[in-house]
Amino acid sequence: MIHVEHLVKTFGEVRAVDDVSFDVQAGEVFAFLGPNGAGKTTTIQMLTTLLRPTSGRMALDGLDPVARPLDVRRRFGIVFQDPSLDGELTAHENMNLHGVLYHVPRRVRAERIELLLKLFELWDRRDSPVKQFSGGMKRRLEIARGLLHTPKILFLDEPTLGLDPQTRNQLWTHVRHLNETEGVTVFLTTHYMDEAERAAHRIAIIDHGKIVAQGSSAELRQQTGADSLEGAFLALTGTTIRDESSDPAAMMRQMARMWRR
Amino acid sequence: MAAIYVLWLREVKRYLRSRAQIVASLGQPLLYLLVLGFGLGPVFAQAGRGSYLQFVAPGVVGMGILFTSIFSGIGLLWDRQFGFLKETLVAPVPRLHIMIGRTLGGATIAMVQGTLVLIVCIIAGFRPQGFFALPLAFVYMALIAIVFAALGTMIGSGLRDMQGFQFVMNFLVMPIFFLSGALYPLSNLPAALNAATRIDPLSYGIDGLRGSLIGLAQIGLSMDAVVLAVLGSVFMGLGAWSFSKIQV
Repeated sequence: MIHVEHLVKTFGEVRAVDDVSFDVQAGEVFAFLGPNGAGKTTTIQMLTTLLRPTSGRMALDGLDPVARPLDVRRRFGIVFQDPSLDGELTAHENMNLHGVLYHVPRRVRAERIELLLKLFELWDRRDSPVKQFSGGMKRRLEIARGLLHTPKILFLDEPTLGLDPQTRNQLWTHVRHLNETEGVTVFLTTHYMDEAERAAHRIAIIDHGKIVAQGSSAELRQQTGADSLEGAFLALTGTTIRDESSDPAAMMRQMARMWRR
Repeated sequence: MAAIYVLWLREVKRYLRSRAQIVASLGQPLLYLLVLGFGLGPVFAQAGRGSYLQFVAPGVVGMGILFTSIFSGIGLLWDRQFGFLKETLVAPVPRLHIMIGRTLGGATIAMVQGTLVLIVCIIAGFRPQGFFALPLAFVYMALIAIVFAALGTMIGSGLRDMQGFQFVMNFLVMPIFFLSGALYPLSNLPAALNAATRIDPLSYGIDGLRGSLIGLAQIGLSMDAVVLAVLGSVFMGLGAWSFSKIQV
């Protein structure tokens, strides 16, 4: 369902994604793990037509995001890592706008909006402007919105960042349900090893823009001789802390952005 | 089509909800109208040009439309900062539709804002002449709104931060306003200034407004309409193109 071959993205001198190749089968839940600034989000941005790769080949459902962006956009849904709501609109309006953009028929739209807002306990606040929401509520709304239409591929970029365990549980239950009943292929990134272990069929660990290992959780543990996925992760990526803002890749990215136009 | 409509509606809703901003953005045109209108009035009258308030009111209406429409286009920058832009960029909708929806939304609110300014002008003593003055003026208001909303989107697609915004304000928007003849007649000017006023799109808009509202067109109403319509189409095209190039 997702095919990536020798994918490279450079920002100036820095190779944010450096010769990455992987495949995700239809109906699979695939997790991308990696320290901050490893290239997870950059990879997702390229797959979701937001960023053009420097070189390499990609295909989503057999289609190239660079050559046929619109057809690719019809096939996926995404929950972004950082906020993407309109704060001036209400929760319901944000949901409805999304539904219209994704061509969800009116009646289905109304039903699903109600279902999801209730599921993520936002129904009572549906007519409040999003700018009045707390961080957790905004995050819940982002997730609810991402699940409004049923795509072939669902990208979840650190969806549970800053969420309480209740909401995390709701999210994963719902995602598993989508995966099992509708056959939705899921591509997720997370920092929580337990989530990756529980939700994903297969895991790839990425560091400094390169995939350092991939396989099931059991395979990764076996490969590194660690007794937990976290142990395997640390064995593969080292114990040094990466700070995204002072990380050279992020800094270069910022510089490149500043000078790009 | 549904996408164009829903994005248009978003712009209109955002506008209607920001009451404070509506009033605040009436402040600047009002200042020009009252202070300049009454301040320069005596000099203007002595020069044998009649009432300055009559003269400047169409210019002030054009100014209101210019600022509102260009800022709505640059609102793209806010959407980028607050992240909402990504939501529209990954949507399975042609980017041209997204751009059209936004631009028409911006043009609509600029029209509303221009109408509010016109009402204030009339309250202040401005008198449009003739029965067809207002309907005809609305045509030019719409043309100005579309030209500059599209230009705003074009600029907004290229801007990445607030510093860029200041730059655009000082080196594009203010010159467009001051060179447009909104405040002074475009006659007997030094050659260089005259040339500059002729490449300013707003000159044609102000001329059209003044022609329709007080019967004082220097360039000519049909010429104004043609120039604005052509520029509007070109800016829409360029805006769509630059919008389609946006990367996050």
